[in-house]
Amino acid sequence: MSHATTGRGTDRSPSVPAGPAGPGRRSRRLTAELRAGRMVWRREMMHFWRDLPRVASALAQPLLFLYILGIGLGRLVAGSHTSDDYLLFLFPGVLVMTVQQPAIAVGASIVWDRESGFLREMLVAPVGRITLLLGKCLGGATVATCQALVVLASAGLAGVPYRVDLFAALLAELLLVSLSLTVLAAALAVSVRRVQTFNVALSVLLLPLTFLSGMMFPVSAMPDWMAALSLIDPLTYAVDGMRQTVMTFHHGPLSDYFDRVTWGGWQVTAAAEFTLVAVATLVGVVVAGRRFSRAE
Amino acid sequence: MPAGSGPTAIHARGVTKTYGHVRAVRGIDLTVAQGETFGFLGPNGAGKSTTIAMLCTLATPTAGHIEIAGHDTRREPHEVRRAIGLVFQETTLDGDLTAAENLRFHADLYDMPTASLPARVDAMLGLVGLTERRGSLVRTFSGGMRRRLEIARGLLHRPRLLFLDEPTIGLDPQTRAHLWTYLSEIRAREDTTIFLTTHYLEEAETCDRIAIIDGGRIVAQGTPAELKSVVGADRIELRTEDDTAAAQALRTRFGLEATAFPGGLRVRAEDGARAVPALCAGLGVLVQEVTVIRPTLDDVFLHHTGRGLRDDAPPRGGDGAGDPR
Repeated sequence: MSHATTGRGTDRSPSVPAGPAGPGRRSRRLTAELRAGRMVWRREMMHFWRDLPRVASALAQPLLFLYILGIGLGRLVAGSHTSDDYLLFLFPGVLVMTVQQPAIAVGASIVWDRESGFLREMLVAPVGRITLLLGKCLGGATVATCQALVVLASAGLAGVPYRVDLFAALLAELLLVSLSLTVLAAALAVSVRRVQTFNVALSVLLLPLTFLSGMMFPVSAMPDWMAALSLIDPLTYAVDGMRQTVMTFHHGPLSDYFDRVTWGGWQVTAAAEFTLVAVATLVGVVVAGRRFSRAE
Repeated sequence: MPAGSGPTAIHARGVTKTYGHVRAVRGIDLTVAQGETFGFLGPNGAGKSTTIAMLCTLATPTAGHIEIAGHDTRREPHEVRRAIGLVFQETTLDGDLTAAENLRFHADLYDMPTASLPARVDAMLGLVGLTERRGSLVRTFSGGMRRRLEIARGLLHRPRLLFLDEPTIGLDPQTRAHLWTYLSEIRAREDTTIFLTTHYLEEAETCDRIAIIDGGRIVAQGTPAELKSVVGADRIELRTEDDTAAAQALRTRFGLEATAFPGGLRVRAEDGARAVPALCAGLGVLVQEVTVIRPTLDDVFLHHTGRGLRDDAPPRGGDGAGDPR
């Protein structure tokens, strides 16, 4: 029958001090959550470093886009008489495009983790679901920003000046934009059970978001119906915000298609735009977190 | 439970789980003592997985309550999770990390003390014989190696209670035997309670106690010996010259109800070995072959669920059809 356990288990190191509940215990709990979140983040970084060949091939796309398609379209846009600042116009959009793919891939990997069973290992651990989610999303944002660094390094070719303050600002913005994209993908991933459904949902969403973002042509050049759609596309504000950042550091005349996004005549500031992106991210985290907590 | 032996490993009362109109689990009571090896048997779809999911906080009961190592699964899920280790049927390892990294991931999620961690990782890898492969990516591992690593990981944080869901399914007999060696070692050394589901008779036989679940209810619970005594009688299988006449004689002369099966006749008797000489002498039909079968857990299972233990083993178990009967 039952085995009496008399004073055994002395080699069992207490994983939680059996002290009274209080601030000490709460702070210990917080450290534990931070440690777990950091590990989830680190796992994404480990996957990233082990998959550098894929990263290299993923980088080819935005670079081709910028320096082949961009130069070609630039001639078309600007005619043959002006210096082609179309590359400069395109550059922020291509940065967003670069982070888009890896950020979404990481958010989407929740679906794969579920498929492979690894999600269970995380869900039964004594860690808050929101910690797991944030670790994952920050991992995606970091991985994506690392990839964008390569495109960023080529900034000079597009006429973007190499300045520490500009690069720092662009990096911070990229981190935020990547995070928002990872969160978007994660929110979708935790709402969907099957990989196929997820892929369909994503491709239905992604292309219009990209085309309407004003990445290749300004919102001011769009017909009214398209401009209206563009204004509810969060990517529009990410692209325009980064473009404004680049323009701040650019001296000299610019083509007239460098129009800023306006709300009823008011030129939306970069600060407002990134606040908007941040708020959208936060909403995404809450939605994804709630769905994730309910997942069984 | 004797006083002073710590909280009961599992204490579940009236646990129910309803999905829409489907009542997967219909009021289950379970008590598992600390240090016990407890077998949880049942046909597929009987509510086994749902029950385990509720015990390890992955699902919330619709009604009833569960305490694991003294912690309520609903109010203190983190304490429960800290107290349990899990080894699932399907792999839950990250193939793109090495064996050591998978363990490291686990350790950080369970906030294990860092100072003693390297020694603990070494000990667990050593226990399951994976020390030399600690730096290899798990995706290069065989099924048996993965299962061993899962067990090492499930035990890493010194859980008081280890859940094993079909831990040896799809493994060759040698690997299975090894796994049980590790498990009994750990059990002896760290006083770990083991809660397992299995379709293997010999694994079920080694359990201290067993519960059989069918149709969302516990239909039997006790030690293997107790359960077998409920099924009671031995089974005598007879092959005779004339089975019809023999069956008639069994009924009229011995008051035994015989059932026909492809190999002959089957009757139940309190003490089979003693009954055989009398049967052979008094039957009036020539007996060609006699087999006395003591009740096994398979009989117990059959008695309570109407199915054999191996009849619906998960597909990876190899011979899905089970023994012909």
